[in-house]
Amino acid sequence: MKNPRLRLSLRQKEALSGYLFISPWIVGFLIFTIGPMIASLYYSFTDYDIISPPRWNNFANYKKIFSGILPAILNQDSSRLGDPIFWQSLKVTLTYAVMALPLGLIFGFFLAVLLNQKVPGVNIWRTIYFLPSVIAGVAVALLWGRIFNPRVGILNPIIEAIFHVKGPGWLGDPHWAVPALVLMGLWGVGGGMIIYLAGLQGVPTDLYDAAKVDGANMFQRFWHVTLPMMTPVIFYNLVLGMIGTFQYFTEVYVLTSGGSGGLGGPVRSTLFYNLYLYENAFRYNQMGYAATMAWILFVIVLVLTLLVFRSSEYWVFYEGQLKGKD
Amino acid sequence: MADTSRIQRVKQLLFGARSGELMSKSISTLILAAGAVVILIPFAFMIATALKDASQVRGDPLSFIPRTPVTTEVNGEALPLYEVTLDGTPRQLALLKNAPGRKGIFVDPAQPAQTYTLELKPAEGPKPKPLYKLEIHWENFREALTTQPFNVYFMNTMIVAFVGGFGMLLSCTLVAYGFSRFRARWLNVLFLLLLSTVMLPSQVRLIPIYVLFQKMGWINTLLPLIVPAFFANAYDVFLLRQFFMTIPLELDDAAKIDGANPMQTLMYIMLPQARPAIIAVAIFHFLYAWNDFYEPLIFLHTQEHWTMAVGLQTFNALYAINTHLIMAASIVMIVPPILLFFFAQKIFTQGVVFRGIKG
Repeated sequence: MKNPRLRLSLRQKEALSGYLFISPWIVGFLIFTIGPMIASLYYSFTDYDIISPPRWNNFANYKKIFSGILPAILNQDSSRLGDPIFWQSLKVTLTYAVMALPLGLIFGFFLAVLLNQKVPGVNIWRTIYFLPSVIAGVAVALLWGRIFNPRVGILNPIIEAIFHVKGPGWLGDPHWAVPALVLMGLWGVGGGMIIYLAGLQGVPTDLYDAAKVDGANMFQRFWHVTLPMMTPVIFYNLVLGMIGTFQYFTEVYVLTSGGSGGLGGPVRSTLFYNLYLYENAFRYNQMGYAATMAWILFVIVLVLTLLVFRSSEYWVFYEGQLKGKD
Repeated sequence: MADTSRIQRVKQLLFGARSGELMSKSISTLILAAGAVVILIPFAFMIATALKDASQVRGDPLSFIPRTPVTTEVNGEALPLYEVTLDGTPRQLALLKNAPGRKGIFVDPAQPAQTYTLELKPAEGPKPKPLYKLEIHWENFREALTTQPFNVYFMNTMIVAFVGGFGMLLSCTLVAYGFSRFRARWLNVLFLLLLSTVMLPSQVRLIPIYVLFQKMGWINTLLPLIVPAFFANAYDVFLLRQFFMTIPLELDDAAKIDGANPMQTLMYIMLPQARPAIIAVAIFHFLYAWNDFYEPLIFLHTQEHWTMAVGLQTFNALYAINTHLIMAASIVMIVPPILLFFFAQKIFTQGVVFRGIKG
């Protein structure tokens, strides 16, 4: 109190130590995040093949991507698209997201609700369901490539035995390739399940007791207590799932890089956004165009995230809000 | 009397107040068991295929047991042996050849002159069953692992995982400590900035980073996979910082009074307390390095630098027909993560939640 200068310098010292401790991250953030982000924004306006220096090209990358999009939307005339493959990759990615995210949510949530009861052997079930998400990556893709294989795979014989119909060609069939990937993704539903399970265990039991006293049956308790309390977790999983879909790469690369259809599968039916970006950057050496795609991806993810955040006002329920109201 | 009370008890159990719970629990268990079978079938398929040879994979792909038909020699020819019921008595006959009308001509190995023509798929009664014997090809693992230099891939992966892991632990503990124990104007803002990088798609940084590493001559070395780990990352900093926050401040104060500087406080007070969190981030980093495919694919171009994931993918691209070898190598690839998972199950499930839910 008596010596304000000393106190100030103590605080300054503390602040300085704090900044010093986080300096590895600050340096990394400048070198590996902010710097590259600005550089890739610059590259996105250039022709750049890495060998010769980047050349400013007057928005040619953006023009190529967006030219012809209006006739394509208004008149269903896709012949004038500057880069139809770009839009194909966007379509594949969104198709996958529309199928995989709700299914993952439903199955993951459903399993978590089942496991949240005191069923016998709960630990064994949890372990089994979680197992596939531990081994994500190349091995999983190789395994499922064999399972889907119409000649030596086991999926179609199982389908024939149960439903008495002939199974589709899965990854070899342009209409079934994306659903096949969705199916493969559902095998790893345990990762999401664990998160929902933790959320369920965080729902205070007195809420259920109060609902029981008010005469709510099991279904009503689920609908009016469990579901509202779980919306933040669902919301969070949705946002991350969406971002993840736009980065989907390893599985499709492994499954289609050796196939006859080339990278992206038959008629590019599994050419995910990130796969096409990779192709541009590291197969065609069009670094400028790939940077454009990366920035468009960034904007899409940003907009989607903001949209989900905004819409969350209407459906996400945080316990704190309740306390705030009364 | 005793009977009626028992019936009453059963009735109570089935329809009484607690019956709903019992019913729902048994239904849940049934569903969970059925789902578990579905989850485990791919694993079983993988193991079975890895233990077959090429002809077993082709000829008998659906069997979950690596097996081969039993044959017997009849007149110098190896014929498949079948179990057949003849006039109510089971006998072992060899299939000589197929006959029109889904029939087979069988022969008794002991009396080759006598043949029997039997329906292979009779409408009723037992049908001739081919006999199998177990035939396991353990050598697939050796063959798969020596066809490609998996020992080199393994060493590279270990270098990336352990040197990178060391850098990650070093930088992330420092940064997490900085974010948990100091007051400064911009620290909160910077922490939010750090968290927001979780949402940032890595592609938006990828190309300039590639250009940078290329100019430094680091492409086709392990450095691009190791060096960035020394500059901390949002996930691990967040996890460690949350853990540091739970360590009581009194311990710090006591150390301070004893004259410890912040670095000493971190070393001797925080780190020993934070062991569970440190083990958790180390395990997750190892798993990440082990499974990562995207970055090694981009930065490593020649075989002697590849990691396990890239090596396995290339093995498949070259030997795709040899499903049994690919599955054997894939099993080797998934064993370390699964072992880690079983040894540290609690850390896993909690850590996933921790990484999953913010705040």
